Amino acid sequence: MSSTGIEIERAAGFVKNETPQIVTSRFDVEDSHTLVGYLATGGYEGIRKALTQTPAEVHGEIRDATVLGRGGAGFPAGVKWGFMPPDVFPRYLVVNGDESEPGTYKDRLLMELDPHQLIEGCLIASYAVGLSQCFLYVRGEMALAQERIATALNEAYAAGYVGRNILGTDFSLDIILHWGAGAYVVGEETALIESLEGNRGMPRLKPPYFPAAIGLYGKPTIVNNVETLANLPWIANNGAEEYRKIGTETSPGTRMVAVSGHVKRPGVYEIINGTTTFRQLLFDEEYCGGMLEGRTLKAFVPGGGSAPWFLPDQLDLPFEASEVGPAGSMLGSGAIMVMDDTTDIPKAAHSLTRFYAHESCGKCVPCREGGTWLERILGRIIDGHGTTRDLAMLLEVGETICPGDFPHASSERLGLDAQRFPYQMTTICFVGPSAFAPIHSALTLFPEEFAERVRDVTDEELAASAVGAVPVELKGVAAQ
Amino acid sequence: MSDVITITINGQSVECQPGELLIDAAERTGTYIPRFCYHPRMKPVGMCRMCLVDVDTGRGPGLQPSCMLTVSPGMTVDTESERTQRAQEGILELLLVNHPLDCPVCDKGGECPLQDQTVAYGPGESRFIEEKRHYEKPIPISDLVYLDRERCILCDRCTRFASDVAGDPLIHFIDRGNETQVNTFPDEPFSSYFSGNTVQICPVGALTAEPYRFKARPWDLAEVESTSTVDTTGARVVVQSSRDAVVRVLGVDSDAVNWSWLSDKDRFAYESGTSEDRLVDPLVRNEAGEFGIARWTDASSFAAEALSIDPSRIGVIGGARLPIEGQFAWRRLLDAAGIANVDAQLNDGLDADVVQGLPRATIAEAAAPGGVVVLLSADPKEELPTLYLRLRHAAVEDGASIIEITPRSTGLSRYATASLHPLPGSVAEVATALADSNTGADVGGVAAASLAKAAELLSSGRPVTIVLGRPNLAEDASFVTAAASALARMVPDAKFLPALRRGNVHGAIELGLTPTSGLETEEMLQACANDEIETLVLLGSDPLSDFPNRALVDAAFDHVENVIAIDTFLNPSSSRADVVLPAAGFGEVDGSFLNLERRLSPLRAKVTAPGQARADWMIAAELGATLGHDLGFGTLDELRSELSNSVASFAGIDWANLDAAGDGPILPALEGAGVALSDIGSASTVAVPPRDGYGLRLVVDRKLWDLGTMVQQSASLAHLAAPAELSLSTHDFESLGVDDGASVTIESEATSASLVVRHDSGLPRGAARVPYQLPGFDAGRLLSGDHAVIDVRVSAG
Repeated sequence: MSSTGIEIERAAGFVKNETPQIVTSRFDVEDSHTLVGYLATGGYEGIRKALTQTPAEVHGEIRDATVLGRGGAGFPAGVKWGFMPPDVFPRYLVVNGDESEPGTYKDRLLMELDPHQLIEGCLIASYAVGLSQCFLYVRGEMALAQERIATALNEAYAAGYVGRNILGTDFSLDIILHWGAGAYVVGEETALIESLEGNRGMPRLKPPYFPAAIGLYGKPTIVNNVETLANLPWIANNGAEEYRKIGTETSPGTRMVAVSGHVKRPGVYEIINGTTTFRQLLFDEEYCGGMLEGRTLKAFVPGGGSAPWFLPDQLDLPFEASEVGPAGSMLGSGAIMVMDDTTDIPKAAHSLTRFYAHESCGKCVPCREGGTWLERILGRIIDGHGTTRDLAMLLEVGETICPGDFPHASSERLGLDAQRFPYQMTTICFVGPSAFAPIHSALTLFPEEFAERVRDVTDEELAASAVGAVPVELKGVAAQ
Repeated sequence: MSDVITITINGQSVECQPGELLIDAAERTGTYIPRFCYHPRMKPVGMCRMCLVDVDTGRGPGLQPSCMLTVSPGMTVDTESERTQRAQEGILELLLVNHPLDCPVCDKGGECPLQDQTVAYGPGESRFIEEKRHYEKPIPISDLVYLDRERCILCDRCTRFASDVAGDPLIHFIDRGNETQVNTFPDEPFSSYFSGNTVQICPVGALTAEPYRFKARPWDLAEVESTSTVDTTGARVVVQSSRDAVVRVLGVDSDAVNWSWLSDKDRFAYESGTSEDRLVDPLVRNEAGEFGIARWTDASSFAAEALSIDPSRIGVIGGARLPIEGQFAWRRLLDAAGIANVDAQLNDGLDADVVQGLPRATIAEAAAPGGVVVLLSADPKEELPTLYLRLRHAAVEDGASIIEITPRSTGLSRYATASLHPLPGSVAEVATALADSNTGADVGGVAAASLAKAAELLSSGRPVTIVLGRPNLAEDASFVTAAASALARMVPDAKFLPALRRGNVHGAIELGLTPTSGLETEEMLQACANDEIETLVLLGSDPLSDFPNRALVDAAFDHVENVIAIDTFLNPSSSRADVVLPAAGFGEVDGSFLNLERRLSPLRAKVTAPGQARADWMIAAELGATLGHDLGFGTLDELRSELSNSVASFAGIDWANLDAAGDGPILPALEGAGVALSDIGSASTVAVPPRDGYGLRLVVDRKLWDLGTMVQQSASLAHLAAPAELSLSTHDFESLGVDDGASVTIESEATSASLVVRHDSGLPRGAARVPYQLPGFDAGRLLSGDHAVIDVRVSAG
């Protein structure tokens, strides 16, 4: 029984391994979520050290460390901070704790198991960019995370780590905890800002492309992911140089990945960025330990539900954006979904598409109408009422959402060359394309699983079966 | 100005202004990009994605929403590329996926952007075989507007209008994703004065207006451009008719005036034109005292006889309803007959000389970015709603600052920088304190801090426009003009918008239907009561309903011998006339209109006047002929050239092209016309009696929906007039010790009545407010007696 009265399995899903631990170091520490537990494990040393430096020095250190944003886009945090126009105040830090990408649950663990680390990250970031108000937006469904952060914030305020004149310096910061109302699209930073302002969670139109100039309440705003900020105390303590020693030149440090699906040990792992391969992660004993007994790998989603799928061919790719992109997908939010040979591919795609169609905010037409239509066509196919025309229609409706070539992995089996990520879109944000991505991957990589479910139809049959469709003979007249 | 930007659209080089949206630049230069959500008078939202076009800004071509994209140098745009066409087809297919396609029974069919653009850019075939989204078919979202959510394509136009333009955010998106719908808050209707605009801008048939539903098909409509005559803003409209009846009025995007927006009164009051109560025949009272239908010749002989007396014993009240041409004809007739007693106002406006002497602002100047607007008037939202929209926009979007010096809070209070609410009788004192920088102490119930804030803004050097009107019928007009004089002394460059409300009253003033050498309305009524006036001509006026002092007007009608009414309706006053001459109304005659900026705009005939009703200028000419006066014109063209020849401000008017003259010309000010504010002085000419400790100073103001003829004769609007209620400031309400909505007694010197009381935080302590001309209680009864201000007592029970 935890102190919150909610019983959870200690470090649910987390598997400790031998790799360097930057953000998960306290996951197996008892009471890591309390101030006592945090302080006992070197907590708040990073901000203490940072406060002895100038904000510009701290900012420089983070920029040098090249902490790539862990929300999905992978944009370096230090560079993002630099987009803030100088001398415009107030400015805000918004923590994106609205983790809701299917298969992703790393930020939830960071918030539940080490909330003080996140708070310390907020302190360091706020100090570095010179702001005094930080909003911590936690996803509505994450009750325990919200409770743990609230408790941790109270402790931190009481102990003087947050609030006025932190640690006796003239640096002050208020952290405001905000509980989301439950919308996937609010993970998109501008929609999150809208939600925070009390509006409907709908993405803002771009440009401006970054809220750094015009963000929350029209002021310069930094939006950072929970994991991104959780890296900062370690960097403040150990320096950029140490950080860059881990991982690769372009993807330094570690990153958290959440594995779900048909492996022996699904869970969250902190892995070396840029060098660890998918094969290591899925098959090495220190990680997932291979597929379930007697099963073989059919496909996997490498970076959250909206990422194009990979086949076993791509297992040897490392966790490196510059390698995964050309191979036709993205690392995204660090969620890997593993599908074995028993997986019904159309149903798997349908499950993901249904999620995105349901989570469409309804703002722009291709996503609002297209997503649901895709879901319904695919549902019809799965129910055995599909035709070969429906398969073509899936791709055509998808093309309205994402014009041009949609990325996919190469497949030796089908003789396909990889189509490079990213893609174009007619929507305001990525939710619309996300509804199409699983269908596109499934259809491209496993056409036979669809072909066996549909039958070919004639024009006459189609017309007769369609509710309110144009009769065949009239159609001929109209064509003249 | 910064440099011109050159871009390429479909291979053509096009020059654009920096900051111009691509969709506008393309349309301006002849390339229409299809769109649904984009509206030039609202902020783009980029929701419908219909305006996606192929744009290359140096990083390769790609689809971008042209409503969100400002032009940049070297931009290359292809609105006809395969990629663009594919996107347009795709978006339209998706828009139609859940659209019911009930075009044959849809009011919008035939003028529907969705229909038109589907034909022009759509895929031509439907592939959607699933069940469409279903909602209850049209639900009323207000008294005037129905919403069909199945037809709705969720373009955000109506909701944006409601929140961003009207400031009435009463409709909103609810639910999410594919289930998103527009709706009101539960139990809170979309009761906005501007609800009809949402119908006009709806790109599908989702929003329909009660008065027009199923009345006509677009291809049966004929239309002319005209001007709304319901108030002095002069909003530009299109009048549409079918089978010789006006069936719809739409707003026209006049950059100078109404930006395409209309109030619901502008939009729907045309219904009164076909009211069953319309006067269609001349009526003459017979010996039994009953009206009988008469021929025009008989009726005008009857009227001429009553006018063939000593002209000093004749009084003419009204004229603001008439078009310029009717007013000029009557001016000529009065001159010929030697009648000097004429007043187009009913002592409920401002002194005509003061109005004519004001340095005039245009609406655009008043609403200019960065200006200061002073409200020394009634609530523009209630009296001049389209002007309210422009002022609101100026304050919300363009950094204009509003100072309200009004008896109570107004529709603009939310956007005002300083809100000063002096007690009735104190407004001149407050303005004088501002002018003299005496902002150290409270004045007339206004806190020193508010005074200081207002004084600071007024002396900031920013351009100042003063909206000057009649804020309170229970307060002598000289207070507010004295206040204007004080402010003009403080800000010598200040310009004015005279916020009179009654239709073409500015035309009437311009053409001298004013008591320059004769009696004003109150004096005429007094003279009637004293048997000094024998014949009273009601020129489209209804003193029995409109004149504030009810006791006086009753006495006048009891004594006056002959009453000649020229009107479109039998109202309480014309019902007591001896002869009634039916006049043609809005949409039935050609003419012109002068708005509060002195802007001349056309009034156009679209339908035939009912029965024997005639244009006002013809009635004047007929009476003139009967009386043996040649007014100098026999046709409208002759009249207009006479007008141009004899009234200097109309000298250069190109009448033939008035209809096509865009926003309409501003008339030059007449040399030496009116009285300058500096000659008035900033002290009111009437003394304010001290207030006793129990009395509350009365505020009588107007609501848009009232018992006025135009509202009451419009079937859809009549019931919108809410019953009269008494409001008290928070302090006075609490000291009364009753519940909100309780019935209390209000007593003035003239009368006492029982009224429902409400708490009103926008009212200053010591004031009591009852709106004018509402059902349930006639506030005019409180106004009897000749007082500078009126004190009332309110008691529980």
